Amino acid sequence: MTYHPELCEGPFKKTVAQRLKNIKANNMKLVIAIIQPHRLEYVKEELYKADVNLITVSEVLGHGRQKGVTEVYRGFKETGNLLRKIRVEIAINDDYLKQTVDAITRGAKTGETGDGKIFVMNLEECYRIRTGETGSTAIG
Amino acid sequence: MVVTVLVLMFAAAATFADESPVVIEAIAPAVTPTPATIDTGDTAWVLISAALVMLMTPGLAFFYGGLVRRKNYLNILMQCFIILAVMSIQWVLFGYSLSFAPNTSSIGGFIGSLDWIGLKNVGPAPFSAYSATIPHQAFMIFQGMFAVITPALIIGAFAERMKFSAFLVFVILWATLVYDPLAHWVWGIGGFLRDLGALDFAGGTVVHVNAGIAALVTAIVLGKRRAYNSHPTPPHSLPFSVLGAALLWFGWFGFNAGSALSANGLAASAFVVTNVAAAAAALTWAFIDWKVNGAPTMLGTISGAVAGLVAITPAAGFVSVIPAIIIGIVVSLICFSAVSFVKIKLGYDDSLDAFGIHGIGGIWGAIATGLFASTAVNSAGNNGLFYGNAKLLGIQLAAVGITIAYSLIMSFVLIKIVDKIMGVRVSAKDEAMGLDLTQHNERAYTMLE
Repeated sequence: MTYHPELCEGPFKKTVAQRLKNIKANNMKLVIAIIQPHRLEYVKEELYKADVNLITVSEVLGHGRQKGVTEVYRGFKETGNLLRKIRVEIAINDDYLKQTVDAITRGAKTGETGDGKIFVMNLEECYRIRTGETGSTAIG
Repeated sequence: MVVTVLVLMFAAAATFADESPVVIEAIAPAVTPTPATIDTGDTAWVLISAALVMLMTPGLAFFYGGLVRRKNYLNILMQCFIILAVMSIQWVLFGYSLSFAPNTSSIGGFIGSLDWIGLKNVGPAPFSAYSATIPHQAFMIFQGMFAVITPALIIGAFAERMKFSAFLVFVILWATLVYDPLAHWVWGIGGFLRDLGALDFAGGTVVHVNAGIAALVTAIVLGKRRAYNSHPTPPHSLPFSVLGAALLWFGWFGFNAGSALSANGLAASAFVVTNVAAAAAALTWAFIDWKVNGAPTMLGTISGAVAGLVAITPAAGFVSVIPAIIIGIVVSLICFSAVSFVKIKLGYDDSLDAFGIHGIGGIWGAIATGLFASTAVNSAGNNGLFYGNAKLLGIQLAAVGITIAYSLIMSFVLIKIVDKIMGVRVSAKDEAMGLDLTQHNERAYTMLE
């Protein structure tokens, strides 16, 4: 693995104290939402309305409190199977956190079990590959 | 291997046709039946044609199935496949009798008698009023495959939202009370549209207009899919749709050329114009797409091919090649407008354009038959408007009008009755989860392994 010292400090060399300082200085969050597949279009619409345009979406399987589904193949029953879910990842500056979470909630909520969850975590650093920009400038 | 066999069979069929002096007409057999002797070439061709038409229903399943979201894929395949099973039984038990058994009573013009229930009196000997040179059972099973695919065509309209149980009940009722009478009117002895002189070589009105109108009605009664207004639902697998369209095109040779009920020049002529119309329509749709949407699309091209096949169906045994090309070009122009502009303007959710292609294309085909039919192609047919006989166009329009009216009213009544009894739509939750899991406890694709 090669990295350019002039672009970054070398993420693997940082001490815990440096990392915390970085987080404070950069004020960024990573939002991961697990939602129902058929709500994705609504979530996207709400995010555009909230001016959040950079998202990554992947298809995942999972089940939480909801018991999943029963499938039967030639009489062989499979219960509690994993359901298809969509995982949405959004990296944002702290200022955008509330509107992002609100937008996801508005788009994903049906009131039924299985609507999903939103996880928010501190984001240590962000690099834009093309320009080498870092932090808050790179994220938007 | 299979291809070689088919080629040999066509060659054999052609030889038999040359030797046979008897000309068999498809739609209006001679009033005095020709002596009933089985012709082996004719029989082979009609049996193969029945198998070709059978293949159209699974073909349609793939054509439609590729166009839905993958959570509803098995549901489409299952609806088509179960229709193959249900209608095969319905047909031999009473469907064939209601459609084709001669009926001397006062309602004889409207519905067949019960004389052939359970295929009583339908045996290996030819029934010469329908087909003098093939076993009666060969004619019966060939017609049976038409009865299978017609209700299957409607599936495209209510895809992704209909309850499977309600679907089964609706199909049986619709086939018995809408398809069987219509088949009798147009093809059955004493059927009133047949006596009127309407030309429908392979089922333009009975199959396509009829199913297309039922599609429009069911799409409106069931209402839009819940996500319809907010976002588009892209096809989950266009390659499957292409496979399905190819199988449809292949099977359609049995549908149209088989409707000659004889391995003769008329069958060859119907075969050729069928191919030509499909090709012209596919090309036309591709070019319209290119012009209007900026690129020729795969979905557009196969939609065009199917529209062309629909349009040539009633005309296949009555028109020559150049009119077939015109029929193909015009059907794509009309159907493209119907599915791209009219549907959006009117706001109904005909999920897979069963009405837009089969209904509209079928109506155009029936009208085109009234324009381009020529006795030079088929002496048992009639001349159309462009061959000096304006009267035929009037008859064709009347036949289409009557078909539309009957199918519209009956389909509406039947779907409403089924809705009252058991409800036709799945719940919002089931619709969101997909019909594969909620109606069949299966899924088409796994994500892991």
